[in-house]
Amino acid sequence: MDALAALLVRDMRLAVRVGGGALVGVLFFLIVVTIVPLGVGPDLALLARIGPAILWIGALLASLLALDRLLAADHDDGSLDLILTGRAPLELAVAVKALAHWVTTSLPLVIAAPALGLFLNLEPGAIGAVALTLLVGTPALTFIGLIGAALAVALRRGGLLLPVLVLPLTIPILIFGVAASNAAIVGPVPFGPPFAILGALTLLSLVVGPYAAAAALRHGLE
Amino acid sequence: MRLSAHDLVCVRGDRLVFADLDFHVDTGELLAIRGPNGAGKTSLLRSIAGLVQLAAGRIELADADPELTVAEQAHYLGHRDALKPSLSVAENLAFWARYLGSGGTQPAEALEAVGLASLAALPAGYLSAGQRRRLSVARLLAAYRPIWLLDEPTSTLDAAAQARLADIMRRHLAGGGLILAATHGQLGLDGTRELILGEAP
Repeated sequence: MDALAALLVRDMRLAVRVGGGALVGVLFFLIVVTIVPLGVGPDLALLARIGPAILWIGALLASLLALDRLLAADHDDGSLDLILTGRAPLELAVAVKALAHWVTTSLPLVIAAPALGLFLNLEPGAIGAVALTLLVGTPALTFIGLIGAALAVALRRGGLLLPVLVLPLTIPILIFGVAASNAAIVGPVPFGPPFAILGALTLLSLVVGPYAAAAALRHGLE
Repeated sequence: MRLSAHDLVCVRGDRLVFADLDFHVDTGELLAIRGPNGAGKTSLLRSIAGLVQLAAGRIELADADPELTVAEQAHYLGHRDALKPSLSVAENLAFWARYLGSGGTQPAEALEAVGLASLAALPAGYLSAGQRRRLSVARLLAAYRPIWLLDEPTSTLDAAAQARLADIMRRHLAGGGLILAATHGQLGLDGTRELILGEAP
């Protein structure tokens, strides 16, 4: 347990140090959300209607941004070799890395989302619904992304392959996240069912992600 | 403790790197692995550390903790030093000490032993190649593991640091450890056994 706690602290510390890129995701999120009203025009009713979807797509793209370095950085400098010789199970080690990644890159997005919701003319209730669905849904994005990050390392293809691998897998999260937000805002469907499915998808990805990522890393041993 | 290897075969890509390799190392022994570039020295060390899959053969460890695998009782010191430039020297070492195990010397003493105590607060990104290598050696001391797998441990080290490394290795052997080291140069230890790779039998 002490080893995993040490890994968590190290990864979070690295993310907030110079070059860690924890805040770049929030800036990117801000830019995406700011660009949309410039593109679709100042129609407040339209913005309020598509607001939850914009926030979700912005968060999805922003959470992809730093995913590239989640495992590749440790692979490049040899840290991954030592993590493999550690006594903690690899599944738990990669899960802890993903957790640190979520706390430092996705949690700031969830916290920034209410402020950006104001830009999009969202009601307070709608802002709350989007923030809640993001809080529940973004761990799924990170843990699905973990599989992609492990495959990119195992296949020795960095960067560009990752979004292509990961984005299609995140479509269900996006659909149910936006559906739950819209259900809370306009109805007529109740908020419960899509939100419950979103929660189920997150729980599933929390289990499948680390196992799949660890399997990919082991298979990719040189 | 005895580390023994039987009939190891290693294939990288389509190339046979080595085949039918047998050796054993006992507690207190240093096995120097020698051979030309590409003979499989690094592959052999990495396969013992569980980082390269062997095509055939088995590696056994006798008289050791049965709960742990060979890789979990081994330190691997490779070409890539696993240091994060934005963390300080002390933070890098403290992390690996906690992650890789317990029972080693205190990180501060380990830094003292490799002569880096005065740089403990410096970000690792500012270290020279030789200082980075010495910090990696400090990792071996800060987390105790009986088997050391050293890949070119003396590269980038100056004469004084090489002597210090020889001293550290001597103490590890005296304390019940065993070492496999791939090297082209001299390690400065007496009674070293050698394993030559890449020559026709």
